[in-house]
Amino acid sequence: MNTLFDKIWDSHVVSLVDDGPTQLYIDRLYCHEVTSPQAFEGLRARGIRPLRPEKVFCMPDHNTPTHDQDKPIADPVSKKQVDTLAANCAEFGLTHFGMMDPSNGIIHVVGPEKGLSLPGMTIVCGDSHTSTHGAVGAVAFGIGTSEVEMVLASQCILQQKPKSMRISIEGKLGRGVTAKDVALYLMSKLSTSGATGYFIEYAGQVVRDMSMEGRLTLCNLSIEMGARGGFIAPDETTFEYLRGREYAPKGEQWDRAVEYWRTLRSGDDAVFDKELCFDAADIAPMITYGTNPGMGCAIDGNIPQVEGMSDVARQSFLKSMEYMGFEPGSGLLGRKVDYVFLGACTNGRIEDFRAFASVVKGRRKAEGITAWLVPGSWAVDRQIREEGLDKVLEAAGFAIRQPGCSACLAMNDDKIPAGKYAVSTSNRNFEGRQGPKSRTLLASPLTAAAAAVTGVITDPRTLLQ
Amino acid sequence: MKQKFDIIQSTCVPLPLENVDTDQIIPARFLKATSRDEKFFGDNLFRDWRFNADGSPKAEFVMNTPDFSEAPRPGVHQILVAGKNFGSGSSREHAAWAIAGYGFRVVISSFFADIHKNNELNNFVLPVVVSEGFLAELFSTIASNPAAEVRVDVPAQTVTNLSTGRSERFEINGYKKYCLVNALDDIDYLLQQKARIEEYEASSKKY
Repeated sequence: MNTLFDKIWDSHVVSLVDDGPTQLYIDRLYCHEVTSPQAFEGLRARGIRPLRPEKVFCMPDHNTPTHDQDKPIADPVSKKQVDTLAANCAEFGLTHFGMMDPSNGIIHVVGPEKGLSLPGMTIVCGDSHTSTHGAVGAVAFGIGTSEVEMVLASQCILQQKPKSMRISIEGKLGRGVTAKDVALYLMSKLSTSGATGYFIEYAGQVVRDMSMEGRLTLCNLSIEMGARGGFIAPDETTFEYLRGREYAPKGEQWDRAVEYWRTLRSGDDAVFDKELCFDAADIAPMITYGTNPGMGCAIDGNIPQVEGMSDVARQSFLKSMEYMGFEPGSGLLGRKVDYVFLGACTNGRIEDFRAFASVVKGRRKAEGITAWLVPGSWAVDRQIREEGLDKVLEAAGFAIRQPGCSACLAMNDDKIPAGKYAVSTSNRNFEGRQGPKSRTLLASPLTAAAAAVTGVITDPRTLLQ
Repeated sequence: MKQKFDIIQSTCVPLPLENVDTDQIIPARFLKATSRDEKFFGDNLFRDWRFNADGSPKAEFVMNTPDFSEAPRPGVHQILVAGKNFGSGSSREHAAWAIAGYGFRVVISSFFADIHKNNELNNFVLPVVVSEGFLAELFSTIASNPAAEVRVDVPAQTVTNLSTGRSERFEINGYKKYCLVNALDDIDYLLQQKARIEEYEASSKKY
């Protein structure tokens, strides 16, 4: 009661369906090329058009190649999907940031950086990482394609109201410990289903001290704990980030907006369905060893033993170990790495490139490492060059690719080969996620950089300059 | 596909694994389709567990074993039984299309991921949440008798292991039950709400 989640949710209720879900108004719908074509097909079959086309923003990101974007996509099936989004936007009058448009990028990177995602909004997209936008103080969650069609048709969605959870992280993060490590730590404690049915509000000193980029990373990974979404009450950090962005309010409207946004906080008497507290001092740089994001540990820790697991849990765990080629109980430091991926809606922002560059500066990419550095958007790419990070990276033997989701889910050509190990800043280490039989170790940009210059899993704290 | 639900009594296909994520249900490389071709998605359900890279079936995967390889039809293999946290990860509705396209009408588990659960319901596949005890007993029933049947009664909201007689009530809200029993979807409902939506828009300006 009286939580910020209640305030935002309740102010968007259009009606309560008798013995059923809530009809919730949606302020912003984002569409990408993979989960939208069947929704547009549905509109055509019903003979209807989007109710509020001005509230819908679309861009391709999943299929886009990370090189030669000025040429047609080589894979005809990917090309058709990207072309279909452009055609649907033209037919239905929706804003479309196509490939090579200076506004293009990963939808969850572009939304906040253009000021399209604002405090107090309800935001949905046919993509589970829509939780990212919660970092600006919005209620943002991923939906299925039928629900995309629902929102196109009515600007509303039918949803059960989730329960509320507050996760507070107090204290100060240690050197080399990032927002990504905080998220991987929370997942390792809660498991991938520990927050299912909940919407998370992140709070505490660590969250207040976090940059917007860090907050976007933290909220991005809410879904990996099973949560519908996660958000952070807007504060001065939020307002400073949004001020002057293309779609943010301007002039007097900006002042009125900030005045309203300042009211968006949980009451001192707020009651959450669940409250969890963690101490920043317990969080080290993290890495995953298994095939779901909850299977993670401190980088200098060991993989768990199977003793004490139930039959079904042990069967699932051993299947995962066999897939990864790891032994229960063994350590991770010093293991050989083949690929490094910096990017994705999780860690494809400017701060992530700064972190990676800070470690590789003055060092060289290790023999045998293939590194893919993929900015989350063209805006991030431009800033990398303005800050001269491209020079630092190139001097260390790294090249910058063109923006998109890339190797996070390998729908384009960026596939990790079978059996190879990739230290990846993305969000999922599921079997085959980065290519058939690929083996993913999720970690922060600092840890990815440490692996890239040493060729093995390395504690980034030993390399900080 | 919209279809009416009443009582489904069928043999099951067991998948005793936890945290089955939607990348396993349908890998990303099959998401490039631009139409809702359920047969295509159904043919690729659990693709990398079910088939080798050359397309030949993996003999050890449950859906390729003699007891469970027959395609679903009324009374046969219409129910998938899976470990807890089924459908975690990506929001891809293609996973629900694949499950529906293969011919499953019901998925039984002790816990479902939220987005996938909604996706199943929106595609007229019924997610039935049972207790850990019911699920463990059902896995052991099927292990000893692959032809064991389960009865899912949607109007009564009960699920019964017919071999042991154990029965549980499952939750589904009245609205969704009405939709399933009458083959109606949420968009049919929302399209009737336009006046309410406009009324909300007129009164909701915040700054």
